[in-house]
Amino acid sequence: MSLMAGTLHVVEYNALVFRRIWRGSIAVSFFTPLFFLAAMGLGLGGLVNRSSGGVNGVPYLDFLAPGLIAAACMQTAAVEAMYPILAKIMWDKTYEAALATPVTIPDLIRGEVTWITIRMFIVATMFWIVMYLFGVGHSLEALLAIPASIVTGLAFATPIIAFSARRRNDSGFAAINRFVIIPLYLLGGTFFPIAKLPLALQVVAWATPLAHGVALTRGVVLGNISAPEAVLHVLVPLVYFAGGLLLARAAFLQRLAK
Amino acid sequence: MILARQLTKRFGELTAVDGIDFEVAKGEAFGFLGPNGAGKTSTMRMIGGVSPVTSGLLTIFGLDPAKHGPTIRARLGVVPQADTLDMELTVRENLMIYSRYFDLSWREGARRADELLEFVQLNERAKDKVDELSGGMKRRLTIARALINSPELLLLDEPTTGLDPQARHLVWDRLYRLKQRGVTLVLTTHYMDEAEQLCDRLVVMDKARIAAEGSPRELIDRYSTREVLELRFPIDDQPAIDGQLNDLAERVEVLPDRVLLYTGDGDEAIAAVHRRGLRPETALVRRSTLEDVFLRLTGRSLID
Repeated sequence: MSLMAGTLHVVEYNALVFRRIWRGSIAVSFFTPLFFLAAMGLGLGGLVNRSSGGVNGVPYLDFLAPGLIAAACMQTAAVEAMYPILAKIMWDKTYEAALATPVTIPDLIRGEVTWITIRMFIVATMFWIVMYLFGVGHSLEALLAIPASIVTGLAFATPIIAFSARRRNDSGFAAINRFVIIPLYLLGGTFFPIAKLPLALQVVAWATPLAHGVALTRGVVLGNISAPEAVLHVLVPLVYFAGGLLLARAAFLQRLAK
Repeated sequence: MILARQLTKRFGELTAVDGIDFEVAKGEAFGFLGPNGAGKTSTMRMIGGVSPVTSGLLTIFGLDPAKHGPTIRARLGVVPQADTLDMELTVRENLMIYSRYFDLSWREGARRADELLEFVQLNERAKDKVDELSGGMKRRLTIARALINSPELLLLDEPTTGLDPQARHLVWDRLYRLKQRGVTLVLTTHYMDEAEQLCDRLVVMDKARIAAEGSPRELIDRYSTREVLELRFPIDDQPAIDGQLNDLAERVEVLPDRVLLYTGDGDEAIAAVHRRGLRPETALVRRSTLEDVFLRLTGRSLID
């Protein structure tokens, strides 16, 4: 079986399961950004704009919306890389069934990463449409927000898949949410510039892929990013992605090819 | 079809399979009989190309599973010990997605799915969720799924464990039909009746090794007598019986709840027991089974 075929069939499996819930899922992907941008962008943004004339020279809504797209992809990747992966390994034994066929462990990992990419594409696209409706990102380059936010999410997808593949129960997932995803969401540059953090936290923030992903996505939407900056902000998430891929492969081999 | 020489599987300190040799020929029904923990499942997982061989030689279709896993698995069907059906999907979808894993087209997958649902008598449940099926139905669906790629070799790990007698007979009947079509069957079991029903040849496994090999008839002839007399005494009397029966049979096994006398003529043995003045509560003459072979070889019952 060709390299692509095994990957494709793992994606097809996910699509078959998703088919039962796609309407609800897409509605959530539309209404969540709608409420967020209305409340935070217009409501809170109005206060910010009046008191300090926006953030970094742009209205608060324009600053916030692209950052939220990157953060939404991080959350989507994290959700898809936790319970579903452990369930397929441990509870539902989906992978055991698949591995009795010509499908291989690398096929499983490539298939899951591709599926998470598709999920992020849906989330980012819906978010982008809402952002557009709010009048932000009316340029062709702004469409780059979709791949930029997907790159952000991928940096979380593979390390979290590796983490999930080593779990014996679901207790670690709450910790990942509490100590990684939520702090990054709040402090990673989405809601206010990282420069406003204490210096030590600034260093920590810039070591994470979210800060770079937010900067990249915001940069392409606002059209104010330089080429070297863009390269840096792509590279850091990709390093996390590649490292996570190696860890995920090792974890899958240890767990599923005993 | 399968060749194993000094096949060994270790998990850290634990040796699950300890240098076993066996061969399986095309069209044969071959069994691994043994208690839980004897190494049957580990052997099956190595044959299935999922679990790497620690040492020794193993070839399936003449191929090395370490190098040609996907090629081998394309020609194999696997019925695992615990059902790995997808609860999120319908009966038919379970077969469809599996056909995709074997790289069959959706159209071909649909054709085979319908044909196999007919074969395992689940065509009326095609649109139901797997959750709603009984244990026997799930087992049959797992077998149908393992047949989606028209395998030359079908691996079955305890195919009827946990099923009621009626469901077991239905499974046996389907497996017998497959055998008649020329599919090679390799199965593990800890039921001697299952091994006797289905296997042309089997190996008895105990403590990671092969204790004996042959057809069910050969094994019984070699390791047991033609008949067995089973005696039950009142619980309090049983210890006192010990030693009094030894000269009445070729071999005597005293189990916690009964005494087994291995003899060519069970009725004659009953008469001899009565002549001694012993009064068992029940006395039953039966033919020897693989259970007796196992007891003889290992000194333990097959199912504790």
